[in-house]
Amino acid sequence: MKLRFIRRRRANRSVGGDICNIIILALFGAFMALPMVFAIGNAFRPLDEFFIFPPRFFVINPTLDNFNDLFILMAQSWVPFSRYIFNTVFITLVGTVGHVIIASMAAFVLEKHKFPGRELLFGMVILTLMFSAAVTAIPNFLTMSTLGWIDTHLALIIPAFAAPIGLFLMKQFMVTIPDSLLESARIDGASEFKIFWNIAMPAVKPGWLTLVIFSFQGLWGATGGTFIFSEELKTLPFALNQILLGGIARAGVGAAVMLMMMLVPITMFIATQSNILQTMATSGIKE
Amino acid sequence: MAVVIDSLKPKHITNALTKKSSYIWSEVRRNRVSYLFLAPFFVIFFTFTVIPVVLSMGLSFTSFNMLETPRWVGWQNYIRLLLADDVFVRAIQNTFLFAAITGPIGYLMALMFAWFINELPPKIRAVMVLVFYAPSISGNVFMIWTVMFSGDAHGYINSVLMRLGITTEPILWLQDPLYMLWVIMVVVLWMSLGTGFLAFVAGLQSVDKTLYEAGLIDGVRNRWQELWFITLPSMKPMLMFGAVMSITASFAVSDVTIALAGMPSTDYAAHTVVNHLIDFGSIRFEMGYASAIATLLFLTMIGTNKLVQNLLRKVGR
Repeated sequence: MKLRFIRRRRANRSVGGDICNIIILALFGAFMALPMVFAIGNAFRPLDEFFIFPPRFFVINPTLDNFNDLFILMAQSWVPFSRYIFNTVFITLVGTVGHVIIASMAAFVLEKHKFPGRELLFGMVILTLMFSAAVTAIPNFLTMSTLGWIDTHLALIIPAFAAPIGLFLMKQFMVTIPDSLLESARIDGASEFKIFWNIAMPAVKPGWLTLVIFSFQGLWGATGGTFIFSEELKTLPFALNQILLGGIARAGVGAAVMLMMMLVPITMFIATQSNILQTMATSGIKE
Repeated sequence: MAVVIDSLKPKHITNALTKKSSYIWSEVRRNRVSYLFLAPFFVIFFTFTVIPVVLSMGLSFTSFNMLETPRWVGWQNYIRLLLADDVFVRAIQNTFLFAAITGPIGYLMALMFAWFINELPPKIRAVMVLVFYAPSISGNVFMIWTVMFSGDAHGYINSVLMRLGITTEPILWLQDPLYMLWVIMVVVLWMSLGTGFLAFVAGLQSVDKTLYEAGLIDGVRNRWQELWFITLPSMKPMLMFGAVMSITASFAVSDVTIALAGMPSTDYAAHTVVNHLIDFGSIRFEMGYASAIATLLFLTMIGTNKLVQNLLRKVGR
């Protein structure tokens, strides 16, 4: 019995080490998960329980009142609430589809074609990963106002098309397409766009699913920031943040809002996890 | 006529020049389809990423308020920033403290947890990846920490501490300069397992399994040796990618400090460089000055990234 137990073990793994591993993971897993569990619980917490003393972690009488209140609040909003939802869905959809196609096209030729300037262009994309968007915020505002894009959805959608992380991940994943596959299509006389669209893209499905998720996460949370000020153009996160700012009186509704905002990206991640991991396996930066 | 002029110039130079430029030109023409594919991405990329960086550097030498045309002021913005702006000095200290603590810890956390999770069976592994990754993708759920660290006796942390008798009165976690920065660091670390963490999880799964058997024969004794001599060297590209992600994020902390400690925070105790940039860029509209902040931030981020990449080359040696 004991012998079988030992034989089942992988090489270089001690029992003590495995137990430590599980304990550490459980401890930190709890640290990661508790605030999330708490946030989910709060959405079902009746208003009076928010203020009992001493405060309790778990909800005593779960209720759906918060969601009811949220829908009442939505119905009373000055701009129909469906408008905020439409704006965010529109921005997210157009931005994501555009990003996936445009970034994949560029990634395809950067990886599979040999032409002057390809190393330089890819080097610039990698360099861009090394600083945050805050650096370019001011000139971007000037550019947007010159183009007349302030207070339009273009200001959020168009820059999202060229997010450098998308091109980077896609280019690294395109390495997995065998050149012979593309070559045989070329001999058969297929146009370059046809090769890209009908052969390369189906072969890198995990790649663009990953791009879809990352782009979606970015755009889904977009508040519009300094670019959008017309009420009917504002986004769902902006409207929901307004509810959150309602403070103590809106504690319950605010918790319901949080749950709804986090549910969408998390569900999407669960649905595509294996594809994303497959893509990330090729994500390394070579020296 | 052309022959006469040509013969006046030294022949070998003319030849080399025309040869080179006509070679490049024919290469470009031959690959015009490639450039057509690149055009949509790179036109947008240049407009909203590359040109802005250059523009920002240019504006940093001017005084510009969005209404009048920019006025050249030389190094004045930088001099004021580094010598006369006490708040900026404070912001730099905070940002470097953030970067020095949350950067390396966040990076090591991502690597260690990815490695620990990799030891688990596939089903549990998928759940644990979700548990660790979820905080970084759930938008403003980090606001829940304001309830936990709330400054009154209703705050969860205060309530527990008081019940255990560790403190007798509630602590103002998010208002007291003494605690603010550390509380925010905990929250930032909580959210730090993002794209880099996923790259590590994926990288660990794609390490060539036969290397481990070979290592066993060559005398690798335990899991730590295995990690250092086999696993890490074979996922070096992911280590690079993860480092880039976590350095960039750790220098750009700002949303969390604004949401938790407010803007400005008490005594500017949680003020970061990006907060300072927002203050001058979108509140005071001193665009030249804000551009100088952006330029310094840009140089710091790139510099740190290059430095850390050099360090990472030494892994496994």
